[in-house]
Amino acid sequence: MILTKTFSEPPFCEKEILRYAGCKSPSPDISALLHSCLEEVRPKLSYKVCYRELPVTVTEDVCDFEVFAFTSKNLAQNLKEAKSVILFAATVGTQIDRLISKYGRISPAKGLMLQAIGAERIEALCDAFCDDLKKERPMGQCPRFSPGYGDLPITAQKEIFALLDCPKHIGLSLTDSFLMSPSKSVTAFVGLTDAKTNEK
Amino acid sequence: MTFSEFLKHHIVYLDGGMGTLLQAKGLKPGEYPEYWNLIHPEAITEIHRNYFDAGSHVVATNTFGANSLKFSLDELDQIVKAAVENAKAARAQSTSGQDKYIALDIGPSGKLLRPLGDLDFEDAVSLFATTVKLGVKYGVDLILIETMNDSYETKAALLAAKENSDLPVIVSNAYGEDGKLMTGATPGAMAALLEGMGADAIGANCSLGPKQLRGVIEELLQSCSVPVVLKPNAGLPKAIDGKTVFDITKEEFSDEVASLIQKGVRVVGGCCGTTPEYIKSLTEKTAGFKPVAIEEKNLTVVSSYTHAVKFGEAPVLIGERINPTGKKRFKQALLENDMDYILGEGVRQQEKGVHILDVNVGLPDIDEVKMLQTSVCELQAIIDLPLQIDTSDPVAMESALRRYNGKAMINSVNGKTENMEAIFPLVKKYGGLVVALTLDENGIPETADGRFEIAEKILKTAAKYGIHKKDIIFDTLAMTISADTSSAMATLQALHRIRKELGCHTSLGVSNVSFGLPNRDAINGTFFALALENGLSAAIMNPFSQDMMKTYYTYKALKGLDDNCAEYISVADSFVVSQGTPLTDTGKTAEEFKSELQRAIIKGFKEKAGDLTKVLLEKVPPLDIVQNEIIPALDVVGKGFENKTVYLPQLLMSAEAAKNAFEQLKAFMSKGEATAADKGTVVIATVHGDIHDIGKNIVKLLLENYGYDVVDLGKDVPPEEVTDTVIRLHAPLVGLSALMTTTVPAMEETIKELQDKAPWCKTVVGGAVLTQEYADKIGADHYAKDAMEAVRYAEAVIDCTKES
Repeated sequence: MILTKTFSEPPFCEKEILRYAGCKSPSPDISALLHSCLEEVRPKLSYKVCYRELPVTVTEDVCDFEVFAFTSKNLAQNLKEAKSVILFAATVGTQIDRLISKYGRISPAKGLMLQAIGAERIEALCDAFCDDLKKERPMGQCPRFSPGYGDLPITAQKEIFALLDCPKHIGLSLTDSFLMSPSKSVTAFVGLTDAKTNEK
Repeated sequence: MTFSEFLKHHIVYLDGGMGTLLQAKGLKPGEYPEYWNLIHPEAITEIHRNYFDAGSHVVATNTFGANSLKFSLDELDQIVKAAVENAKAARAQSTSGQDKYIALDIGPSGKLLRPLGDLDFEDAVSLFATTVKLGVKYGVDLILIETMNDSYETKAALLAAKENSDLPVIVSNAYGEDGKLMTGATPGAMAALLEGMGADAIGANCSLGPKQLRGVIEELLQSCSVPVVLKPNAGLPKAIDGKTVFDITKEEFSDEVASLIQKGVRVVGGCCGTTPEYIKSLTEKTAGFKPVAIEEKNLTVVSSYTHAVKFGEAPVLIGERINPTGKKRFKQALLENDMDYILGEGVRQQEKGVHILDVNVGLPDIDEVKMLQTSVCELQAIIDLPLQIDTSDPVAMESALRRYNGKAMINSVNGKTENMEAIFPLVKKYGGLVVALTLDENGIPETADGRFEIAEKILKTAAKYGIHKKDIIFDTLAMTISADTSSAMATLQALHRIRKELGCHTSLGVSNVSFGLPNRDAINGTFFALALENGLSAAIMNPFSQDMMKTYYTYKALKGLDDNCAEYISVADSFVVSQGTPLTDTGKTAEEFKSELQRAIIKGFKEKAGDLTKVLLEKVPPLDIVQNEIIPALDVVGKGFENKTVYLPQLLMSAEAAKNAFEQLKAFMSKGEATAADKGTVVIATVHGDIHDIGKNIVKLLLENYGYDVVDLGKDVPPEEVTDTVIRLHAPLVGLSALMTTTVPAMEETIKELQDKAPWCKTVVGGAVLTQEYADKIGADHYAKDAMEAVRYAEAVIDCTKES
């Protein structure tokens, strides 16, 4: 029931990386920094997702996925049209965390840039997964919804991790304070709706 | 027959998948399969029995996730007891005639170990130990550690098994499509680590099918001198009509596995998606196969958490710079617990091309046991080179070896009986390649023959401890020729004999040979070449010595160890004598900068800022450089950041350039000049439960730039550690960082403790989720929205305390 997918490298968006790094218009020095970081980190990234489909019944503020239920108005709002839900966990792996902590110690400018690259990469991976899903399941998709959004607490990660068995499938684990490790990771619900996919 | 004996002479069949079969019997998503030992024992027994009937020699208990993180101790005891009973019942019921054994199954904890995650290494060891003890108590025949995707956790589990039982241990890892573990280890690295620690069989399971695991298995077969294990999935999972289906049939599965048995695999079974039918097909198909004999590979090898380094091919370079001997700046770093300086020494040597880092942090005034362990942990968190642990204190050696994530090089043992008695048990227990010095109670023999005899004695003693000669590397001790011009020849002859007659690898601390002579590098380089020609396998050396690196690259090129001389060509230019780099950019020096150094800092030119400072120090007092150059430059950038004309990455590049300038001042001043007056101490930490520290590191860098003495406690820091440090140093200010809403309570707790026990101390907080409102709520004295603001607050608090 839990499936795993490995993606090839999604295209990079440098503008987005710079935005995460707190830099609107880069000087040549910053561009050079970005490119040297990209060169170093690219071979060390992996793009893995594990996921499963869940039935869902939505009432005003409860989303019942049969195996467990969450009380969250915002999630219920998000999923109100959903016929079923894809619950997924995505990660770009541990190697970038190693690099971030390395440069955090010896060159925080590089550490910051790698941090920004990681943020952009994990979003790009989620996009790639949802696009791929759209091809397999030509249905409408609700916007991705993760623990920590609105009134869905971070502690919901516990149930999500139990259900997806993330450590085994993609090597993603949860700390006692509900942080994900590797840090460049996302878990999210994607509701599937009857509305036909809008061709982009 | 015991399992160990059986393993020696047979192909061993393990069982197949458990999870998929339990799901078919009604296991719900998210339900712990281990409970089924208690609530559906008959279902578990039936599965085990079907595997025995299919020809499995070993079934693994249904205890994959049975650990003290998931279950209470009482529950765990009941679960393991029932799991072993279920397997025993199956063994009694099965009518097939093969030998039958029961393995205690141990899977990953589900947590990542520090520093990547929050599980401490020793906590991991003790949680596996709890399960191991129960398995032993209820009578299993062997232990199967499987599906581990992190080398460090695998080490913790194997250590727990070895410390709490005498049972044979099979260790199997889950490799990804890239042929590596999730945390980066190659099969060769795992073979080095696990064989060193005494695993009885080593292999791969889960995650992929037999076809995809072929490369991994071939590498293990080349690396291991113990049986290799293969326990693959039934191919890759696919979704068909909402159900998970694995993509190869039992016939394809058994064909693939059979062909790898012919290549030398000795222990086989199946993982996810395989059933008793798969195992039956395999046992029937391979019934007449003769087990391939296991050869001793005689590999001399060490490993890090990513890769193995082999001795005997190209010369191995061991960087010697992490060592306080004769280095004032390094001593100062040790005394100040300045880990960043030590890490910097490691990173710079790696960039120069060394293969292994020697780590020596012994000083009379510091707690070496703690410092060595911390250094090893910090180094292996950010550098992927194997480490050579260098200490004369066996206690420090053990605590560092225990935490080391790989098979370490151990520096050193010698021919003294007492010394061998202290070191060899550590080599045996933790694995390692030990440097053996050819000296004993009578000192260093003057002749080559005398050193050779000590080498023979060391080998003989090691054998008594079960240590193979491949795990001993001899150092025949380079002595200075300034005292005795025949000493180099004695060293080289001893080296040659040990290499040729004993077949052992060798290592030398090359630079000792030139002690007391001028231009030592010139002698060192030539001596290194002579030693290589006499069979030297590795050198402990300074990679910043051009003569040494020249010898290394030219030797490789001349010996056919450098394809197309590519490596030599890539470094050849750096051997041309430098004319000194021009300190100004050609042509333009922009007028808006007050000086070259200010320009370098404002522009963020790290190297240049350092070089310019060095030149300035020849005529300008250090404090004037700080006041008239560095501080004004930092102000330009800092104000630019506050006015939003300079972005954060630029601010940091400038800060790094300034730091490099300060580093030159520090090096200069530790030569005896008066030290700069520190503005005051700031203690900073990422709070308990939070494992992200980039923000904190940025604040640290800027505070240091502005002259504060920053005591960095790292990440995931308990409140009491912050309070204790503040009290000990009577620090006026603490900076705390938290990233997640779930770790803000830890920040609040830290602030409360500080208010109780160190009421003089102010707190400044920051981090992704924090706001002014949040900061007020948890009682912080100040909220800093960015790193510059933290600096400004420090200026306000500390400078005003000083004036009052």
